[in-house]
Amino acid sequence: MDDVKTPSREERKSALSGLGTSRKRVEDARFTQGKGNYVDDIKLKGMLFGDFVRSPVAHARLKNIDTSAALALPGVHAVLTAADLEPLGLHWMPTLAGDKQMVLADGKVLFQGQEVAFVVGDDRYAVADGVSLVEVEYEELPVVTDPFKAELKDAPILREDIADQKEGAHGARRHPNHIFTWEAGEKEQTNKVLEEAEVVADEMVYYHRTHPCPLETCGCVASMDKVNGKLTVWGTFQAPHAVRTVASLISSIPEHNIRIISPDIGGGFGNKVGVYPGYVCSIVASIVTGVPIKWVEDRMDNLMATAFARDYWMHGKISATKEGKITGLWCHTTADHGAFDACADPTKFPAGFMNICTGSYDIPVAYLAVDGVYTNKAPGGVAYRCSFRVTEASYFIERMIEVLAQKLGMDSAELRSKNFIKKEQFPYTSALGWEYDSGDYHQAWEKAMKSVNYKQLREDQAKQLQSFKDGKSRKLMGIGLSHFTEIVGAGPVKNCDILGLGMFDACEIRIHPTGSAIARLGTISQGQGHATTFAQILASEIGIPASDITLEEGDTDTAPYGLGTYGSRSTPVAGAATAMAGRKIRAKAQMIAAYLLEVHDDDLEWDVDRFSVKGAPEKFKTMKEIAFASYNQAIPGVEPGLEAVSYYDPPNMTYPNGAYVVVMEIDVDTGVSDIKQVYALDDCGTRINPMIIEGQVHGGLTEALAISMGQEIAYDEQGNVMTGTLMDFFIPTAWETPNYETDYTETPSPHHPIGAKGVGESPNVGGVSAFSNAVHDAFKPFGLTQAHMPHDHWRVWKIAKDLGLHS
Amino acid sequence: MIPSAFTFYKPENIEKAVSLMVDFGDEARVIAGGHSLIPVMKQRLTDIKHLIDLSGINEIKGIEITDNRISIGAMTTQVELINNEELFKKAPIIREASLQIADPQVRNLGTIGGNVANGDPANDMPGLMQLLDATYKLSGSKGVRDVKAREFYEGAYFTVREDDEILISISFEAPSGGYAYEKQKRKIGDYATAAAGVILKVENNMCSSASIALTNLSDTPVYCNKAVDIILGKEIDNNILTQVTEACVEQSDPVADQRGPVEFKKYVAGIVIKKALTRAIERT
Ligand SMILES: Cc1cc2nc3c(=O)[nH]c(=O)nc-3n(C[C@H](O)[C@H](O)[C@H](O)COP(=O)(O)OP(=O)(O)OC[C@H]3O[C@@H](n4cnc5c(N)ncnc54)[C@H](O)[C@@H]3O)c2cc1C
Repeated sequence: MDDVKTPSREERKSALSGLGTSRKRVEDARFTQGKGNYVDDIKLKGMLFGDFVRSPVAHARLKNIDTSAALALPGVHAVLTAADLEPLGLHWMPTLAGDKQMVLADGKVLFQGQEVAFVVGDDRYAVADGVSLVEVEYEELPVVTDPFKAELKDAPILREDIADQKEGAHGARRHPNHIFTWEAGEKEQTNKVLEEAEVVADEMVYYHRTHPCPLETCGCVASMDKVNGKLTVWGTFQAPHAVRTVASLISSIPEHNIRIISPDIGGGFGNKVGVYPGYVCSIVASIVTGVPIKWVEDRMDNLMATAFARDYWMHGKISATKEGKITGLWCHTTADHGAFDACADPTKFPAGFMNICTGSYDIPVAYLAVDGVYTNKAPGGVAYRCSFRVTEASYFIERMIEVLAQKLGMDSAELRSKNFIKKEQFPYTSALGWEYDSGDYHQAWEKAMKSVNYKQLREDQAKQLQSFKDGKSRKLMGIGLSHFTEIVGAGPVKNCDILGLGMFDACEIRIHPTGSAIARLGTISQGQGHATTFAQILASEIGIPASDITLEEGDTDTAPYGLGTYGSRSTPVAGAATAMAGRKIRAKAQMIAAYLLEVHDDDLEWDVDRFSVKGAPEKFKTMKEIAFASYNQAIPGVEPGLEAVSYYDPPNMTYPNGAYVVVMEIDVDTGVSDIKQVYALDDCGTRINPMIIEGQVHGGLTEALAISMGQEIAYDEQGNVMTGTLMDFFIPTAWETPNYETDYTETPSPHHPIGAKGVGESPNVGGVSAFSNAVHDAFKPFGLTQAHMPHDHWRVWKIAKDLGLHS
Repeated sequence: MIPSAFTFYKPENIEKAVSLMVDFGDEARVIAGGHSLIPVMKQRLTDIKHLIDLSGINEIKGIEITDNRISIGAMTTQVELINNEELFKKAPIIREASLQIADPQVRNLGTIGGNVANGDPANDMPGLMQLLDATYKLSGSKGVRDVKAREFYEGAYFTVREDDEILISISFEAPSGGYAYEKQKRKIGDYATAAAGVILKVENNMCSSASIALTNLSDTPVYCNKAVDIILGKEIDNNILTQVTEACVEQSDPVADQRGPVEFKKYVAGIVIKKALTRAIERT
């Protein structure tokens, strides 16, 4: 025997840093040293800059655009207007939602900040001077910012281009400012249940307009090489392949001549899914000038003009027996889409997955209708750190549960528990048609209630209330509960596509001769840590240490086709593709190992990082050895090399879920809330990297805190954006961010190859309801049923005032 | 967010700076820490052709304390105000208020001169200077003159400073008695929803001296003379505190913004004033 100890199974396993390891993020070394490579870091020879003249008003007819002074300025090369784009057919562009959008104002402007002209010049300074010299004459028109006024008979018509069209991309339109009606569920039956119900709670729940506001704004560098006819665009794209296809379709440049590269992206949160006028104008300007063009938004542009999120008015009715068994749910939503319908939803879902609004509950019958309308606000309606319209749906049902509990005089924790879908009901088909894959809601709920000591919290709250009533304190305590179920991982090609592109995803793996590897995916990390976690999935699948696997995304010339990263789809779809591609590698490796060991394929078994002969573990070939053999052995019937590609069409969505509790103390005089406790239990199925999960939960909770407690895009009645800078648009700093307790249960997805469900968005989905419910809960003893977010100081103060707590 | 072109000057003394101001008139502006000026330049809300940087002028930097008179050079940064132990001993309210300005990054560059000269009603220092009854020393083409802080502010961004005048220092008597500066804001780095400062002395349970001022509750900082008249010579009790608070709120005239409507701001003004009064009294 030699003295070199063979590593044990456990040791070999841990050397891989595979599934379940809190492996450190490999991205951080470059980010923490300022060595990231973002769009704005890209500098090409001869590159010019472009920027927009934007509309200062929300609705106006364009009388004239005079570009002469700007063009006369040294350093300004060109000024594009709609008239210049029209001959190319590029003055309008299709949106992902089946509508079209002006690239540059064509005859009128429809929202403040809309792109009117594109100035191209030597550098940002020349361009900024040029922008200020373009003279635009506006004839102001009446403005509509209230979606309920948009459909009045005498409302000003916003979209004159389609005013007479009775059919839109999603069916009949009943008013020039109406976009679509989308329905799900059983209308008649639901109405009947509601009519006959013992108890019905009826509430209007508004999820206000906010904005993903990634740290890095949107931008691109477009470079048309006139010699070889190839267009390369570096940009902040959450879906680079989709951008390539759309760019080809609208520009008629053949798709093989377009290369889209997403370099490092500084956060996306849905803001970087869509196609923006800046991209189109940069491409056109590069074609016109023959040199690369860079366009990067500033913060105000980003907040004002690129995609917002939410703005859903959700009117709900929920019915139950006197004992608290829910019998039906009805919801009508008025969706404010702004001036163009530029949502980034799967095409067949103009209201996204709003029909997940039955939440975590076993509700026998339900009906949902969503009406989309145009207003004089910026377009968007993207999924800000959530799957399509899932925070809206979750917020809606979690508020409805609270108002129902109030009506029943029942504790809302108990009401939830009474109505959860039971473990044995999975796979569960909801009244609105989704098949929930797995879950154990009762287990999660009980764990959460125990961890926060719910009973004690209610007792503390009662004491605080008494002391308020006795005049000894001006503070109230609120306990915010939420149990959410998300629907993520879009999605099955049979019902999920964007502009006809099926929402599968892909992974391609090459094993190098010395046993390391490169994997490429159709997704693109914007901070999620794909290079870390996908390597872990592979490490466990193919027995090569995660640190020996390079992960690449974002270059359409090298990565396999995929639909990108948003809606928590990377792990459910591309993560599955990764595992499946790994399994193909392993299958071939098994044949090679069998050849090398001179046994039959079936005589081998997989053992962490090697194939060994069944019953004779000392006879084995490691993946490293197999890799080398694949490059130098002539194996009959087996091609050389060790590579695999997998295109994964998921059979179903995944349904992450969780139980959150927020405790806060509210000063009724100042409206200031002090967050005392935030507990977040997540069930995201199989946990790939617990540390990254925790990081995602902290980040998502912080965005949830922002949205619920202060963040908004506010407009005045003239359509002016009131929250155009970070002074008024709330982004929490370390100072405002409370401590978070994270917890988990682990219920794998039965249909996902490794059982993972996605977690990046859960904390935002669950968090918003929990924070908002805490505010509502504090005022519940005084009869508050609904107060709209954000719960900033003055709005909380207003609740107290309206309840008579200031006299 | 790119400012229009400007010429940059960095004079080494006040005479040079003033003469540049005289030369260029209203096309010139001095820049101190730049944390109020640069944002407006970037948004092109103001067109400045000549920018005169005061950071090279050493004579208007630093804190001088002789007996009870404190003089602070206009180019002294907020972080210096916070860290100066002598100043803290003589006028602890300066540190308390300065720590509530913006965030450490802003305070590292923002100066007391820029803060008080700007005329922004949202800035905290002008209110504080009302409270301390400070005197501003201005230097211009017509020479040097003193102006009382309580007479300096005319409206939002309008002050009695002439176009060619530069604020060189701020001086005041070291205050005595209890003090407090209370500020409600939405988040770190935010201007006040409402803020109030109080300095007062209580002798034999009677208020023997008092000063009260408000920040961001009108288009100028507010010195609450009516409230001071009410409290002076009075025995401190709940009733008088309520009267004083009401008199202060009466003098406020806030405008609605994203922080909230007027009614809310007035209500919160009452709260911060009451808190400041209570804390100041506790410290006497
Ligand atoms: C995010 C943020 C948050 C902030 N929050 C607060 C806050 O909560 N409270 C607060 O008080 N301030 C706040 N500020 C403002 C900050 O304190 C500024 O630094 C200060 O108001 C101006 O000082 P400065 O030295 O930067 O002046 P600058 O910006 O350089 O100048 C401001 C103005 O004063 C003029 N000026 C400057 N010095 C002189 C002088 N010696 N003589 C004549 N005119 C002069 C300039 O010409 C200019 O018009 C904030 C700023 C930022 C960016």
